[in-house]
Amino acid sequence: MNLSLLKRGTRAIVEAVESIHATDAIAQRLRELGFVRGEPVSVVAFGPLGADTIAVQVGFTRFALRRSEAARVRVSLQGV
Amino acid sequence: MNNAASSSLHIALVGNPNCGKTALFNRLTGSRQKVANYAGVTVERKEGALRLPSGRLVRVLDLPGAYSLNAASPDEAITRDVCLGKRTDEQRPDLLVCVVDATNLRLHLRFVLELAQLGLPMLVSLNMMDAAERRGIRIEREKLQTLLGMPVVETIAIRKNGAGALLDALDEKLPAPPTALPPEADLHAAVQALLDAAVSVPRRTAEIDDALDRWVLHPVAGMLILAVVMFLMFQAVFSWAAPFQDAIEAGVTATGNFFSAHLPAGILRSLLVDGIIAGTGSVLVFLPQILLLFLFILCLEESGYLPRAAFLLDRFMLASGLSGRAFIPLLSSFACAIPGIMATRSIQHPRDRLLTIMVAPLMTCSARLPVYALLIGAFVPNRKVLGLIGLQGLVLFGLYLIGILSALAVAWIVKRFGSGHGDAALLMELPSWRLPNPRDVLIGLAERASIFIKRVGGIILALSVLLWFLASFPTPPADWHGTAIEYSFAGHIGRAMQIAFAPIGFNWQICVALIPGLAAREVAVSGLATVYAIGGGQDAAAAQLAPLIAAQWSLGTGLALIAWYIYAPQCLSTLAVIRRETGSWRMVGISLAYLFALAWIAAFIAFRVGALLS
Repeated sequence: MNLSLLKRGTRAIVEAVESIHATDAIAQRLRELGFVRGEPVSVVAFGPLGADTIAVQVGFTRFALRRSEAARVRVSLQGV
Repeated sequence: MNNAASSSLHIALVGNPNCGKTALFNRLTGSRQKVANYAGVTVERKEGALRLPSGRLVRVLDLPGAYSLNAASPDEAITRDVCLGKRTDEQRPDLLVCVVDATNLRLHLRFVLELAQLGLPMLVSLNMMDAAERRGIRIEREKLQTLLGMPVVETIAIRKNGAGALLDALDEKLPAPPTALPPEADLHAAVQALLDAAVSVPRRTAEIDDALDRWVLHPVAGMLILAVVMFLMFQAVFSWAAPFQDAIEAGVTATGNFFSAHLPAGILRSLLVDGIIAGTGSVLVFLPQILLLFLFILCLEESGYLPRAAFLLDRFMLASGLSGRAFIPLLSSFACAIPGIMATRSIQHPRDRLLTIMVAPLMTCSARLPVYALLIGAFVPNRKVLGLIGLQGLVLFGLYLIGILSALAVAWIVKRFGSGHGDAALLMELPSWRLPNPRDVLIGLAERASIFIKRVGGIILALSVLLWFLASFPTPPADWHGTAIEYSFAGHIGRAMQIAFAPIGFNWQICVALIPGLAAREVAVSGLATVYAIGGGQDAAAAQLAPLIAAQWSLGTGLALIAWYIYAPQCLSTLAVIRRETGSWRMVGISLAYLFALAWIAAFIAFRVGALLS
């Protein structure tokens, strides 16, 4: 499943970041920021009114992401 | 003995955002900092100097924070270019000092490994060691040093003498460049190997972060907290600044009176007192508010709250085509749009940035307050609504609200009818919470204050003189019966303007006052005072003006002028800053055109409504 579907507080493991198109700079940046295979990730909070923004914790860092950005991150609930 | 000890060493501080690099830079260079711009881009260039215990001079360049050499913004592009030696106006650093947050080596070390691939001498500064210790993080410094192949020192930038180890390391011989990993290496895996070998971390996050974020990021509680913080900030800014503002105004008036008393009447005295002192004085009066607002913004920024506020607001701002990052520049614009527009540099996406610059003038800036105060005082009855809330205060609040809603509406229209937006990312780090460090906040405040005074002082001074000229010449002949200003260029222009302004209820006096009023918004009050030939300082003028205009103008005219001031770009300094930040006269032209158009339409509607009500 992808990160944007994770429920608050559930821990998961990052599998991969999928690029939407060939030069997807956002996907590249997500990988550089630590969304890499094996890294623990969880949702810390959802934004107001419709949860279009998500605050996530990956490794030791917290980031604010839009739903579309989080959707690029594929996670798995196994092996947590 | 080092031959090179006599020459200066050029180092660059480089690291991820939020590693405490700025605090370290301040610790190293103190007040010996120079802030300018990189040629061709609106990216800040910060350079400082320090002298080592051995007497050697070190030039320190504080490079913009970057997550990687794959630049995603103009800021990061500068860091990349300077490190690669690609900038012709910047010498490649002799040594890179990689500043990392010791509490988050998992993220920060990756960039160190990436930079190691450049082949430059480097050393690592483990910053925020105090926070690391508090969290029980144990780092085997020497082991890390061996594994990385470069010197590793511990620093606590916020502590006096906290950079001692770094200074000692800089006094040593230049280290050999570290062995680089191959270009295709998996840097994250390499970082993990380093951490497994040399670092132990008891918990994944700090308890403070969890505890605070539980409320601050909560969709409902978080919004309430934000509203309270904003309200407190505005209350504080407007009430606490008042005594300082009064003091400055008294000083300006005293200076004006001094020259009036000691210089013979004539052009020079008029230029000095009515042009220069009055013009620059009107801006200086707002300095306390601007400083106080910046103080709050800096503290909120240092604490880590502002990115969280941007997180909460992003959804709403996105609906109108702005990004959450526009929050800080627009917030600053409530004091003055000039520093607000300069703050848009933090918005990476060019179209987002441009849009924020275009709507910033719609935020009700402090300069509008004297005008609003005068007009509300004259035309809005001093009643209470529902027996509780003062009508006048309510109207003022309403004007603020109209400004904000207009900005959102304009942004929405541009988004709707503009060409494709492209993928503007939010993707923002929420740094760990920390206490703002007083020294860093004060240095930051001094920096912003000096930039404001220098830039604005130059423009406002020039414009004040120009407009003084228009309002003073030609001088009327002895048998002229009206006021001097009626005979001047400004007077003629004002009366010519009447054709366009009669439909919105402006009489010729208002039209004439609008011309010197172009220097800055609050000058309208003294402009009107000049036209109605009232003397004394601004407060005295306002006190006499209010009943005068209440008696002479219709309700429609009063309301129309209020509505005009919500939108009209009566501030050439703002336009000058727009020109500087966008590099385009076209943008200035568009700002002028759309703001005047909105102002005219709003004034027209207000005039008709006023006519109906009276």
